[in-house]
This record gives sequence, C-alpha cells and structure tokens, in this order.
Amino acid sequence: MIKIVKRDQPSKAIFFFTPVLAIFLTLIAGGIIFYILGFKPFEALKFFFIVPIADKYGFSELLLKATPLCLIAIGLSFCFKSNNWNIGAEGQLTFGAIVSGGVALLFYDQEGFYILPIVILAGAIGGMIYASIPAILKTYFNTNEILVSLMLVYVSKLILDYLVVGPWSNPEGFNFPETRQFSDSARLPLLFEGLRIHAGIFLALAAVVISWFVFYKTYLGFQMKVSGFSLKTAKYAGYKGKKMIILVFLISGACAGLAGVGEITGPIGQLHREVSPDYGFTAIIVAFLGRLHPVGIIFASLVVAITYLGAETAQIFMQIPKYTGQVFQGMILFFLLASDYLLFFKFKFIDSKK
Amino acid sequence: MIIDINFVGLIIASIMASAVPLILASCGELITERSGVLNLGVEGMMIIGAISGFALMTVTGSLIIAVFGAMLAGVLISTIFAFLTQTLITNHVATGLALTIFGIGISAMIGKNFVGIPGKEFPVLFEGLKDTIPLLSPILFGHSIVFYFAFALPFITSYFLKKTKVGLIVRAVGDSPESASNQGINVRLVRYVCILYGGAMCGLGGAYLSMIYTPQWIENMTGGRGWIALALVVFSTWNPIKILIGAMIFGGLTIIQFHMQAIGVRIPVQFLTALPYIVTIIVLVVISRDSRKIRLSTPSSLGKSFHKNN
Repeated sequence: MIKIVKRDQPSKAIFFFTPVLAIFLTLIAGGIIFYILGFKPFEALKFFFIVPIADKYGFSELLLKATPLCLIAIGLSFCFKSNNWNIGAEGQLTFGAIVSGGVALLFYDQEGFYILPIVILAGAIGGMIYASIPAILKTYFNTNEILVSLMLVYVSKLILDYLVVGPWSNPEGFNFPETRQFSDSARLPLLFEGLRIHAGIFLALAAVVISWFVFYKTYLGFQMKVSGFSLKTAKYAGYKGKKMIILVFLISGACAGLAGVGEITGPIGQLHREVSPDYGFTAIIVAFLGRLHPVGIIFASLVVAITYLGAETAQIFMQIPKYTGQVFQGMILFFLLASDYLLFFKFKFIDSKK
Repeated sequence: MIIDINFVGLIIASIMASAVPLILASCGELITERSGVLNLGVEGMMIIGAISGFALMTVTGSLIIAVFGAMLAGVLISTIFAFLTQTLITNHVATGLALTIFGIGISAMIGKNFVGIPGKEFPVLFEGLKDTIPLLSPILFGHSIVFYFAFALPFITSYFLKKTKVGLIVRAVGDSPESASNQGINVRLVRYVCILYGGAMCGLGGAYLSMIYTPQWIENMTGGRGWIALALVVFSTWNPIKILIGAMIFGGLTIIQFHMQAIGVRIPVQFLTALPYIVTIIVLVVISRDSRKIRLSTPSSLGKSFHKNN
C-alpha cells in the first residue's frame, strides 16, 4: 500500500527539481493538446521549442524577450518574498514606458550623451510612481493590492492609448497611433550588427546581481524573508511593516518601469499602442518558476521566453494559433504549483498486513 | 427639456443588462469565498464560459445546450483550481492567476474559428407586455431568462446562506474550518462544491456576454469584468444583496460611456472607458478604510489552505 506522509521538513533538493519536472509535464500536456488539435505532437513541439532558437537571430530574439521577463520577475520576487501580491507589473511597465517615452520625446530633435540616462531614470521613476499607488493604498487604507494593481493595468493602457492617438501622436505620422521616433541618443544601443538584442540586457543582469546581494547579504533581505514566512513574527521582531511594503513595491515598480524603457528605446524607438505583449503578467510565472531566486529567474525567463517565440513560429509554419503560448504559460504554473506537493509530502510504501 | 419617461426606463434596463454578468460571477465567487477559498480565476472562468456558450450555440444550434454547456465548462475549468488548491494544497492566489492566464489562452485557441460569426437571437420573456406600463415596462419585461435569474440570484444566495442548513455549513467551513472539521463536516468536499458552483456561475456570466449581451465572439471579450466581479465581492462585504447595488453602479458606468459619447461630451473616450476601473479602486479604498468592519465580514479563513492531519 502506498501512503502519503507529510515530510518533517520541506525537501531542498525537490525545491529546485520541481521546476524542471513542471516544464517536462508541460511539454507532455502540450504534446497532447497539439495532438487533439490535429498536429503531429513531436513536430509541433519542435517548431515550438527548438526551431525558434536554432540560429543566431533566434537566440538574439530569445534574449530580447527574456530581458523584460527577467527584469520584472526580479522586481516581483521582492514583493512575493515578503507576501505582497503585486500583480500589476504590466501597468507599471506601461506607465514607465509612458514617462520615459514622454521624456525621450522632449529631446526628439537633440543628441547628447546625457539623454539616455535621463530617459532610463524617467522610466524607473514612472514605474515607481505607478507601483506606489497600490502600496500606499494597502498600507494606509487597508486596500487589497491585488485588485488595485490589476485595475491600474487597464487604466495605464488607456492612458497610453489616449496619448499615442491624441496629444503625443506623430504630427507627420498620417494619424497612425504612434509617436515620433526618438533621437538616437535616447535609444539603448544594439549589441550586434543585424540583431535586435540591445543593452537593456545589462539592466536585467544588474538587477539579478543586486537582488542576489540584497536577498542574501543584507538585513533587509532577511526581514523580507521573515515577513514572507510569518507576518506575525515580523511584527514581534519589530520590523517596520508599512515601510517594507512600500519599499518592495517601489523596487518592483522600478524594475517593471525599466523593462518598459527597454521595450520602447530598444528596437522600436517610439511609443505605440502595445508596448508589451503581457510581459508583466507572464513575469509572475517566471518569478514562481525561478523560485524567487535570482539565478533561478534567469533560467526561468529563458524558458518562458521560448513560449513567446514558439507561439510566433508555430503560427507562421503550422497555423497553430499564437495563444498557445499563453496556454503553455498557464500550464507551467499549474504543474509547478501541483508538483510543490512533493515538497511537503512524500509517498511511502507500507506493509498493509502489519 | 422634456424627458421621455420610457427612454429613462430603457436606460435603466440597459444598465441592468450590463450588470447581469457581474451579478452572476460575483454571486458565484461570493459562495466560493464564503467557504474560505479565494479564486482569482474569475476572469478566466468567465471567458471560458463565453467561448463555450458561443461555440456550442453555433455548432449544435441549441441555446439550452449552449447555456448549460457554458456552465459545465466553467465547472470543468474550476475543477483544475479545486484539485490544485484543495487536494494538492497549492497557494490560492497563484493558482487563480494561472487559471486566468490559462483560460484566456484556451478561449482564444478555441475561439479562432468562431471570430466573425454572427450570433443567434436569444428569446425574451413577456415581450407582449412591453408597452403596458410607462417607465416600468422596459425595465420589467422583454428580457432573457438569464436576466431574470441574475436579478433573483442575490436574494436566493442570501436566503441560502442565512436560512438553510447547507448555507450554515458553507459559512462554518469558511469561518473556522477546524471547528467544522471537528463537527464531522468534510471541509474539503464543501470547498470543492463551492468552487465548482462558482465556476458554473462565472461560466454563465461569460455566456451571457457572448450569447445575449453582444451576441458574437471577440477575443478577450470579458475585458476585465471578472476582476471587477472580484472587487464587487469585497465591495459587498460578502453580502449578496449589496452585490446588486454594486453591479448596478458599474453597469451604470459602462452605459454612461455610450450616452456621453452619443451626446457629444468632449471627454476623451479612453477616460470614460477607464472610469469603471478607477471607480473600482476608489470604492475599494472607501470600503476597506475601516479595517475593523472588513475584518468582521471577511470569511476568517479566506485564502488559507486547510489540511486535515490524520
């Protein structure tokens, strides 16, 4: 007989093994879905996960998509570790893009080394301002941060829409819903000739290093971890709960805002209606898949970025609808959460005759 | 200025119609939350209901199959959530988010072949009485059966929770799963049923959108209504009757947009569209400010996993 027994302690090895298991299960389930849709499962999976990154260009695209995911997920890990459910990173990204785009437009006919830093800083500040709304409402008005941060996503997209159609639209743009092109000085430089990967990747890597340092080497990181485990303990220990809530929201807002900067000052170089294909939401999955660990998040962002590329490739070559990407993302999170069961419970064979 | 009294009636009726999906989804989620489970997958379950209803209507031609099929689809997808949160004891928030992302993806995948197909006309009740009473006629008569059901639901839900034994069990499980369990109540089973019921109501709310309110399939056509429905549950302080009031306010905001545009009010359309979301935030702030009141009315075990040690 097999019995399910609670582990005395969550297993550390399984903690890092389950994300791999979740990806594996997602592939199997994905194959089954492709089969039901009438495709050859292995061929479809190949087009989804291998073809897109088989060449230099594909690999650059992978890094291009992983960059914002990684950056946002790092920011979110500050929130999630301390039990703050910021799920509006998409809105913070959009607002960051709006503010940095607005600043970049001020300099549209100027060149100068000082422009890019100002534009980047503006994006981070924009994200922070936007993230501070749910944080302040949570701390001072006891308002649910999940709902507020989410509602603000819709609001930010409508603000962006208003700006690019209305006051900020390109006067020579034949009424297309987009702004002027930014000047070259406001653009993040491309790293290689002919590839779209840009210097934004260094922002993401910097965020990884800094967050690792904060999590594991500072008192603040320790406080966050304690609050995540038990808010009561944190209170007894005398941590300033309100300050921390605001701080983690500001950090994750800044990261999301920077991701927004990367989206508009990188390959595109202007503001338009859709600055992000839901990176802010997908990054939530990345954060969990990466186990809220900076290094884990790097790997997770690469894996999840493939679902974006795969969805595009599969749509072009096999007419598989591009939403399959979202289905895969949802499934990864389902399987990851499900396999967490193994963290706390184990199967034990026992002699039923005894 | 002379205001046509029947026109006022028509506006109120249209506000009520746009409140229907919110009422259905909120009342479903309210039962789920009353049992102690926070399901953030409302948006995902609604959109699954919307596509299932529309697809079944197009394929089978039967409105009855479509309506019940949409509810069943809501039940099926919420089963994933129930299994994960109740059997595998996963985090409610993360699982609910996964459900929404998954639901939006799956619905768009199924819906690919149904874009641009015109919907069917849904039969309305009491059409003959439409011109009998001024003002009240357009409000009371000539609506679909789902419409009438939605406006009865908050009262049924309230009666169920307050006056029936099963309702008492649901509340007991939500407020103190340990005591309920010690009384011999199967907490997990109760929560399973409440989650699936929530799924059915969200599915119905979605089907109302794609089959009756705007009879067609558009990707992402729920457009955040699931999240507003979640906010409405907080707004109502878990009291079904107040859901009715909240849903009417939000229905009103949606309808005002159209009329403001029609009158030619010079406010950018995006600001009017953003209004329901902004008002939701303001309302949440006002409601939640009094933390004592919220604490008293929130199901005590909301969002917390329960695992019976044996």
